[in-house]
Amino acid sequence: MDQDLVADLYRQMLRIRRFEEEAARLYTERKIGGFLHLYIGQEAVSVGTMSVLDKQDCIITAYRCHGHFLARGGSSKAGMAELLGKATGCAQGRGGSMHFFDRSLNLMGGWGIVGGQIPVGAGFAFAQKYQQTGGVTVCFMGDGAINIGSFHEGLSLAALWKLPIIFVIENNFFAMGTPLEKTATTDDLSIRALAYPMARATVDGHDVFAVRSTLHTAIRRAREQSLPTLIEAKTYRYRGHSMADPAKYRTEKDLEEWKSRDPIKVLGEKLETFGQKDLRERMKQEVDDEMAEAVKFAEESPFPDPSTASNYVYV
Amino acid sequence: MSDREIPIRDALKEAMTEEMARDERVFLVGEEVGSYNGAYKCSKGMLDQFGAKRVIDAPIAENGFAGIGVGAAMMGLRPIVEFMTFNFSLVAIDTILNTAAKARLMSAGQLECPIVFRGAGGAAYQLGAQHANSFEHFYAYTPGLKVICPSTPYDMKGLLKSAIRDDNPVCFFESEITYSLKGPVPETEYLIPIGVADVKREGTDITLISWSKSVFLTLEVAEALSKEGISAEVLDLRTLRPLDTEAIYRSVSKTHRAVVIQEQHSISSYGAYVSHLIHREIFDELDAPVGLVSSLEVPMPYAKTLESVIFPSKDRCIAEIKKILEGHR
Repeated sequence: MDQDLVADLYRQMLRIRRFEEEAARLYTERKIGGFLHLYIGQEAVSVGTMSVLDKQDCIITAYRCHGHFLARGGSSKAGMAELLGKATGCAQGRGGSMHFFDRSLNLMGGWGIVGGQIPVGAGFAFAQKYQQTGGVTVCFMGDGAINIGSFHEGLSLAALWKLPIIFVIENNFFAMGTPLEKTATTDDLSIRALAYPMARATVDGHDVFAVRSTLHTAIRRAREQSLPTLIEAKTYRYRGHSMADPAKYRTEKDLEEWKSRDPIKVLGEKLETFGQKDLRERMKQEVDDEMAEAVKFAEESPFPDPSTASNYVYV
Repeated sequence: MSDREIPIRDALKEAMTEEMARDERVFLVGEEVGSYNGAYKCSKGMLDQFGAKRVIDAPIAENGFAGIGVGAAMMGLRPIVEFMTFNFSLVAIDTILNTAAKARLMSAGQLECPIVFRGAGGAAYQLGAQHANSFEHFYAYTPGLKVICPSTPYDMKGLLKSAIRDDNPVCFFESEITYSLKGPVPETEYLIPIGVADVKREGTDITLISWSKSVFLTLEVAEALSKEGISAEVLDLRTLRPLDTEAIYRSVSKTHRAVVIQEQHSISSYGAYVSHLIHREIFDELDAPVGLVSSLEVPMPYAKTLESVIFPSKDRCIAEIKKILEGHR
């Protein structure tokens, strides 16, 4: 096993975890307004995916988007500033938590309407095929998106027009407070791929190496054959749907089971077995320092000038 | 030398083919646009000319293909998404209002959406309630969108070309009833700027404000009034968003009276906003309140005799105009 890779994946997942923990703290201090949907627990899905994508590939997701942003290489300073609504945020304070963007990284948002991002992601893949760039698109969604019209329309057209896209359902078993049993007829979510039809896969979203491998196969299929794939990554969010949700709808037992296999914990232990405990501790400190800097930067940054309120409506 | 006269469907086709020939990033997607040559023949021959990569027949999945258009636009392509009629655009309205219109703002300019959504709006004849909607104001309501509602072949071609070249998302409204309507269109290339209204008939006694196919009704009304010695100026807004307010104020400051004629229900209508602006901004120029002629508050029934009273009819227009001219409230 590549120890450098393990260290890198560990650091990236930890980065997201610590960012989200800081965000949660700032939210309780009322420095972040609106909704805050934390990615804590799901880090391996983003990090695993981004680690097998090329620079030119595009990513789109829903509103639980901080992890995708950071895993793709987004700046923790710009992210934290965006959460605080500062002019130095990744969307200059115009987006907020649900709408992180970094076009230079092809991180194309951060979208609020469940399923709304799916046909748009298919549009990225359409453009990549039209312009023959060789790029592919990964379109993330939650288990809450599998019934809505845009899911079917997006997947249907992606299959029909053979678009180079990978749809990833991050199944964390709850659509807000609604458990999967109440929204899906099957435990297997990617089975819906058979309707269009398109290739499919299921992966343990807590296993960052399995995510890498599964995504890599689908990315190859997209890049080499211009064919889509529907992947279900089984994962878990350790907190509620958003900061407003106390998550009373699930059991401690389930949560503890998922936490016992926490990918950051697992990779941390692996590093120790490699004799890399010092490296691990150093990385922890560096990530803590990075996040402290990000919070400081965000807190010290200015708010957008009200005179710029009408910017960015039209060009 | 007079211009040749061509129908609106050909004017639209010329606009699309000229823009597609000049810019490879432009493509057309919609139901029946390719092999069928267009539900209203606006894209006749385009599949042969440009091929299936650029003239794309979509299955019935408006939110799907509108969304794909939006994503493609964010990646630098310049899609023309055809809705067979804007009645069907409601299926995709979340994509248009919540994604296309807002991408620039939410991303602070990192994403933009140079897309045109075009299709027939308003009622045709006896198509029934679900196929008779005027929704231009739903779109005109939305910051981030541009909304164009031309009437004549000349305006249709010049404005569609401008819409395709515009880097903002644009909703472009045509009409099933007027696809065959002929009018002068120059052979040489021209563009009409978005956001500029046009005086279609000069007059002195009252300004009649309209857009889309209601402009033709308004011109008929003006002609009928002229036989009674009333000189009506017809102002065709052409674009609803951005609105050419200066043209409105200029005209109404001259005539001192105005009536808006719209194929819209009056409640929450675009014409109500135009009326508000006139009252608010040039009240001292007015000799009477601004009038409004609208469709009746009824989903459009099928029967001819019912349909004809629900549309803003010539009679109702003339009655409202006379009320405004006589100063009645």
